[in-house]
Amino acid sequence: MGRYVLRRLLQMVPVFIGTTFLIFVMVYAIGDPIAAMFGDRTPDPATAAQIRESLHLNDPLWSQYLQYMAGIFQGDFGTSFNGTPVTELMGTAFPNTIKLTLVAFVIELVVGVSLGVVAGMRRGRLADTGVLIFTLLVISIPTFVMGYVLQYFIGIKLAWTAPAVSIDVNMDELLLPGIVLAGVSLAYVSRLTRTSIAENMRSDYIRTATAKGLPRRRVVSIHLLRNSLIPVVTFLGTDIGGLMAGAVVTERIFNIQGVGYQLYQGISRQNSPTVVGFVTILVVVFLLANLLVDLLYAVLDPRIRYA
Amino acid sequence: MRGAKSATWVAGAIVVALGATACGGNSGSKSDEAGFIRANWGDPQNPLEPANTNEVLGGKVLDMIFSNLKEYDAKTGEAKNASAESIESKDAQNFTIKIKKGLKFSNGEAITSKSFVDAWNYAALATNAQKNAYFFADIEGYDKTSPAEGKPTEKTLSGLKIVDDHTFTVKLNKKFSTWPIRLGYKAFAPLPTQFFKDHEAYLKKPVGNGPYAIEEYKKGTQMKLVPNKYYSGDHKAKNKGVLLRVFTDSNAAYVALQSGQLDIDDDIPAEQIKNAKTDLKGNYFTQPAGIYQGVTFPFYKKEWTKPGMEKVRKGLSMAIDRKSITEKIYNGTRTPMTDLSSPVLGDANGYDKNICGDVCTYNPTEAKKLIEEGGGIPGGKMTISYNADKDSHKQWADAACNSINKVLGDDKACVGNPVGTFGDFRNQITKGEMNGPFRAGWQMDYPHIENFLTPLFATGASSNDGKWSNKEFDDLMKQAAAEPDIKKATDLYKQAEKVVLKDVVNIPLFYQNGTVGWSEKVSGVKLNPFSVPVFSDISVKD
Repeated sequence: MGRYVLRRLLQMVPVFIGTTFLIFVMVYAIGDPIAAMFGDRTPDPATAAQIRESLHLNDPLWSQYLQYMAGIFQGDFGTSFNGTPVTELMGTAFPNTIKLTLVAFVIELVVGVSLGVVAGMRRGRLADTGVLIFTLLVISIPTFVMGYVLQYFIGIKLAWTAPAVSIDVNMDELLLPGIVLAGVSLAYVSRLTRTSIAENMRSDYIRTATAKGLPRRRVVSIHLLRNSLIPVVTFLGTDIGGLMAGAVVTERIFNIQGVGYQLYQGISRQNSPTVVGFVTILVVVFLLANLLVDLLYAVLDPRIRYA
Repeated sequence: MRGAKSATWVAGAIVVALGATACGGNSGSKSDEAGFIRANWGDPQNPLEPANTNEVLGGKVLDMIFSNLKEYDAKTGEAKNASAESIESKDAQNFTIKIKKGLKFSNGEAITSKSFVDAWNYAALATNAQKNAYFFADIEGYDKTSPAEGKPTEKTLSGLKIVDDHTFTVKLNKKFSTWPIRLGYKAFAPLPTQFFKDHEAYLKKPVGNGPYAIEEYKKGTQMKLVPNKYYSGDHKAKNKGVLLRVFTDSNAAYVALQSGQLDIDDDIPAEQIKNAKTDLKGNYFTQPAGIYQGVTFPFYKKEWTKPGMEKVRKGLSMAIDRKSITEKIYNGTRTPMTDLSSPVLGDANGYDKNICGDVCTYNPTEAKKLIEEGGGIPGGKMTISYNADKDSHKQWADAACNSINKVLGDDKACVGNPVGTFGDFRNQITKGEMNGPFRAGWQMDYPHIENFLTPLFATGASSNDGKWSNKEFDDLMKQAAAEPDIKKATDLYKQAEKVVLKDVVNIPLFYQNGTVGWSEKVSGVKLNPFSVPVFSDISVKD
């Protein structure tokens, strides 16, 4: 196990370098950030030259990349064009996104698994069809449509909750955006749980457990659930990174100043330090989440061994 | 019961995590906000330095915290003395500026001529990389502090001289009679000594001399402004203060306004305009701003400048049905152009609603005739290039092309040509790589026609994107600049404008409108010439 972890960690290095370099190239390829800074006006040559120099834009790309990476390993993610250090932006953005992700994750876990269990145990019956229709609906409606519709009806028309999240980002305000963000993954979780449960319902060890005369509650919660949730846990693990990245849309709709908002602004203003910095962190989150899932796998199911 | 036990642990962990993240909020309780105006804001693009702010979000704050030598009347756009006692010149080149006595910054520091001169020198020095540095290019010595190539050889502008605590003189490098009008622009704001001594601290909480002072600035979320107790001008705040709140999106701000979480929203999303009047129970209006959208031609390409093309350019302008585009696509949030400036200028500053005449009038038969007489569109096909990443230019570019195609009876004569990003678009323009007509919008810096002509059409000017050059125009501009009588100077500028229109350098399309919606809690809302709400005049009901 120790050797496996080490090897996995080493594998992350080239992936990290590769992805960050690609992002770097892409952000710098989309045009001259200096030209965009001045609006519909050609910049004063002296000023432009000065900014270009201070941002190292005259150096070759590989050198810019090396300087950037050197900075990152010293905890310096550069300075956003408005003079705020990118780490400071991260300090305000990540807590908000993590809160939102957490709310979405809990909703996804609780609702998704419960629906899946209900559907799986009543395979082919009305409840199963109901869950199927519901999940299909959720998957087929784009997140932004769902977001605007729920915001309009629940936030403005019914006024059950504030339609726009306030600057304090209180937990109760995050419920609605959390539901929207959880939506699609929730549907996947319940489909995944349903299939797994339905399959295991017919397995030998369940029959044995039932034959032993164990109470049904125990059969379901201990024997059935534990084994059926392995693929679901895998999905949930990798989904954490996905949720954080997917928050781009939800955060804009519900006015949450998180990672998605900063990324969106960084891209629309061609603010390369912000974009590259945030994406780098997201890459790390993805990598760690994947590693965690792989390790959890072995813990959950001892039959899976790492050579 | 191992499973049940770990389930309890997981549930416990979630509860703890939720609890941990939930606390630490609730600082902005309702009672703190009574009497304050809650307004829509976005993260400024640049650090909040007067000479480094060239967009509306930072400009909104600077408008509130600075009072310049001049200020612009919200109704007429007229430039009046604010911090200046008098600005005098006999030859339109040497100016003597006297500032009012007893003025103070919001930190109590006295404002002297040094506050202005130091600020202007800082702005003009290239190594400080201030985006509005070019505003000082007319002052003598700018070529030394900001040379086009190489390092600066001087640290200060030789044209600025302090006479005494309340007087300083400015020498321009050429005659420029309407120069004082631009002194209301934020780049010319005075700066306190803290700006130079402790720059970091200043940027965290900028200090100015306007009707408001910044009490708290949480970057990326909110700025709290309270009335500046040292302010002695004409615009004392009629409220307890303003909370500028950062919204992620104009739609998010709009829903907040509808649900009573917000009081002032000057960025109502275009798709909501139709409903705004009913949604907001009449608390909404729109008026033209000092911003327009037009299309210009690449004068560096032979096919667009050969003889006869002036007819084609005029024909193209006449082929665009501006009225129906503004009504159908923009729900009246844009207004068809009738000159090359903006209605916010007022007649005194050079706006003239009749000057464009038939060039701006939709006339399909005449348009077709002119285009054919002039030899048709080069190669029979043209594109209108625009940047596709913001401000939804696609809609009007496609509509304008559609209108041209209809007039010519050819579906393929004109198509919109999206360029991925604004940076790339600007890059292609500055490098002179445009092959056909392209978007040329303009946002004014100060309300005078000169600002709509010099940067865009003078030979070699910074935003003369089509690289048009015309001696008659340049001569008239020079004459206007040298004319000490401002009224006569403005008339000369209008004559120069006629030259631009005659040659159809630019197809004028629409003035962009400013919009504002407000909650029932506030009253007295109006927009200044820059389409920014005049916050000091807004009253709040408790």
